[in-house]
Amino acid sequence: MRNLLFLIIGTLFGIVLIKGEVVSWFRIQEMFHFQSFHMYGVIGSAVMVGVISVQLIKRLQIKSIQGETINLQQKPLQWKAQLFGGILFGFGWAMTGACPAPIYALFGAGYWHMVLVLVSAVLGVWVYARFMDKLPH
Amino acid sequence: MKELLSQPWPWYISGPLIGLMVPALLILANRHFGISTTFRHICAACIPSGLKFFQYDWKKESWMLFLALGIVLGGWIGGVLLENPEPLALSDAAQKTLSEQGFSNYSKLQPLSLFNFSNATGLVLLILGGFLVGFGTRWANGCTAGHAIMGLSLLSLASFIAVIGFFIGGLAITHFVYPYLF
Repeated sequence: MRNLLFLIIGTLFGIVLIKGEVVSWFRIQEMFHFQSFHMYGVIGSAVMVGVISVQLIKRLQIKSIQGETINLQQKPLQWKAQLFGGILFGFGWAMTGACPAPIYALFGAGYWHMVLVLVSAVLGVWVYARFMDKLPH
Repeated sequence: MKELLSQPWPWYISGPLIGLMVPALLILANRHFGISTTFRHICAACIPSGLKFFQYDWKKESWMLFLALGIVLGGWIGGVLLENPEPLALSDAAQKTLSEQGFSNYSKLQPLSLFNFSNATGLVLLILGGFLVGFGTRWANGCTAGHAIMGLSLLSLASFIAVIGFFIGGLAITHFVYPYLF
């Protein structure tokens, strides 16, 4: 039952990703050339809605529908990992024009070659796990 | 109705809707929005190895896989059923830059002359780029969803650094590699 909920939320998210064109390699290039406000508007307004939501949950002490206290813990700071890992991800983002969610959305939209991106991303995770002890974190 | 929905949605519609993923998942399920961990689950489920990083019960964490499955379905609804019949309305400046690089057909979301199963340059970009997306997100502990949207919503310093990294990487490829490639 709960999984159905995630499926529905994911479906709505996938529709927005496509209709907002944030899955487009062209739009990503336009963003990295600073040639349009579109992508900055999408990311900026999404973060604004997210920040306000988190603050409301915090201040009004809103519980989850299961009655649990909502976990608002931040990810641990490992600046080398975030910076160097982030840069590598940035390379991949500009090369494929897709971050993780758009890989799934584009595949669903019939861009079948995105399966190559998915398989190599999974392989990338495996290689990371193999060498993570040797990487700075 | 279909005509209206088939049009591209402006940033002030799509951005806030993406932002609503944060409270939706927090309130309905007490979960933090993110996508890249699905790659780890797929790895744990499909590639047998003795690596410690994959020794956890991925089935218990499988909620995000259902989210990803939904995104595939949403991609089909948004990209096939509600496909935008018009080419992308990129800015004039972007069209100029892109056409100088040999990309002047904006009828699809990607340049299909580059990204297909037979263009060698495109295949290298997809396969190497995909590898970097997987490796980089796991090292950084999150992607554009987990860091740029969820993490920044929590005002997390880790996520702020990650997003700076994302842009350094993306700008480097766009300005220092693509000019030599196209």
